[in-house]
Amino acid sequence: MALAKRIIPCLDVTDGRVVKGVNFLELRDAGDPVEIAKRYDDQGADELTFLDITASSDNRGLILHIIEEVASQVFIPLTVGGGVREVEDVRRLLNAGADKVSINTTAVLNPQVVKDAADRYGSQCIVVAIDAKKVDNQPFEWEVFTHGGRKPTGLDAVKWAQHMVALGAGELLVTSMDRDGTKIGFNNPLNRAISDAVEVPLIASGGVGNLQHLVDGVTLGGADAVLAASIFHYGEYTVQQAKAYMSARGIEVR
Amino acid sequence: MQKVDIAVVDYGMGNLRSVSKAVEHVAAGKSVVITSDAATIQRATHVIFPGQGAMPDCMRELDARNLRSAVIDAAKNKPFLGICIGMQLLFEHSEEGDTVGLGLLKGQVKRFAEKLTDENGSKLKVPHMGWNRVYQSNSDQNRPHALWNNIEDATRFYHVHSYYAVPQDIALTAGESEYPSRFTTAIACDNIFATQFHVEKSAAAGLQLLNNFVNWKP
Repeated sequence: MALAKRIIPCLDVTDGRVVKGVNFLELRDAGDPVEIAKRYDDQGADELTFLDITASSDNRGLILHIIEEVASQVFIPLTVGGGVREVEDVRRLLNAGADKVSINTTAVLNPQVVKDAADRYGSQCIVVAIDAKKVDNQPFEWEVFTHGGRKPTGLDAVKWAQHMVALGAGELLVTSMDRDGTKIGFNNPLNRAISDAVEVPLIASGGVGNLQHLVDGVTLGGADAVLAASIFHYGEYTVQQAKAYMSARGIEVR
Repeated sequence: MQKVDIAVVDYGMGNLRSVSKAVEHVAAGKSVVITSDAATIQRATHVIFPGQGAMPDCMRELDARNLRSAVIDAAKNKPFLGICIGMQLLFEHSEEGDTVGLGLLKGQVKRFAEKLTDENGSKLKVPHMGWNRVYQSNSDQNRPHALWNNIEDATRFYHVHSYYAVPQDIALTAGESEYPSRFTTAIACDNIFATQFHVEKSAAAGLQLLNNFVNWKP
């Protein structure tokens, strides 16, 4: 098959700067967002995802300037997530140069936003981010969480994924909250269950520690794209190395 | 009167900023204008017709801005680049919302079939999203189209779509991709070139195609 599996570096942005950290307590300035984006582009990244983790709503507009700058110099698809609350937020991000907007907590609190945004701007630019965790206290295996994995919703992640696609999500970004930051690999059974249940592409996220994890995300988890942050940010691996590794194991990459 | 080299048609349905930024990147010294003004489109030497979202909305918005005749006029008379829905709109009809298109080219726009699988039986997702190889068609005495200059055959371009054009005349096909069957992802007809993939998001290869377009003299 000629369609390449995508590798997507994820950049965390707060107060208009790209930061990196092992967890939210230890954030360090990672440098100029445009330079970082260009570096990943040069390495062959297939897309870039920016996650706005700005705590204060006063500074949330700063992400727009970053996107504007990046979009005028980096010509690959850009996804922006974090703090999207209404259709107007989607409009602002698209106008700034985002190609896709990722909706997470708002999709749970107000699913109509997903439908309205998809109706207005097309499913191709609406990504629904699902944070899921394995649970023992429900009649299903994986539960959707919001607010960075703190709040349980009572929703079955697989059924929720199907519902989001029915409302117009064109892609799903599935993060395993019990894997995020662990470097032990994606939750492939979770990703496989969702990928098999929907027609739209799935981006696997959370837990990547080495290049074999990227391969497993595709072969075991059925992911159409793999997202990773720390393995690229800390220079452990370049995107080229990731692609060479995947390609050597029979996965089509660009 | 302001000089206009390249007009990017604004009918409220495109990632216009991405398109214009990419064009500006390759068209140093040329004026690139995002416009919903018919007279400006008429003055431009080159016209780019992007499009995103759903085809019924695109047709409605185009007409709401009274741009139909300006677009048809441009497509008949000057270098014209359609992108994504901007390619689909050139055909007679789309299955998406049972929509009548501009009819500049004979053919239909169809949806990918349900339950597509690859040769290993793995499920293929719709939308067809990502970087896929584009096989250039060299129908004109085996000479590649000018817009493929300096672009290797089978280069990957970024696609996002659930519908694809089926031209009645196969000779219009300038490029094909596979998903899993071959489909038309670029068409060429006189002064018209159009791509299903997003040239403005296809990194170096996309910029090269845009560069070829802004220097194109069909």
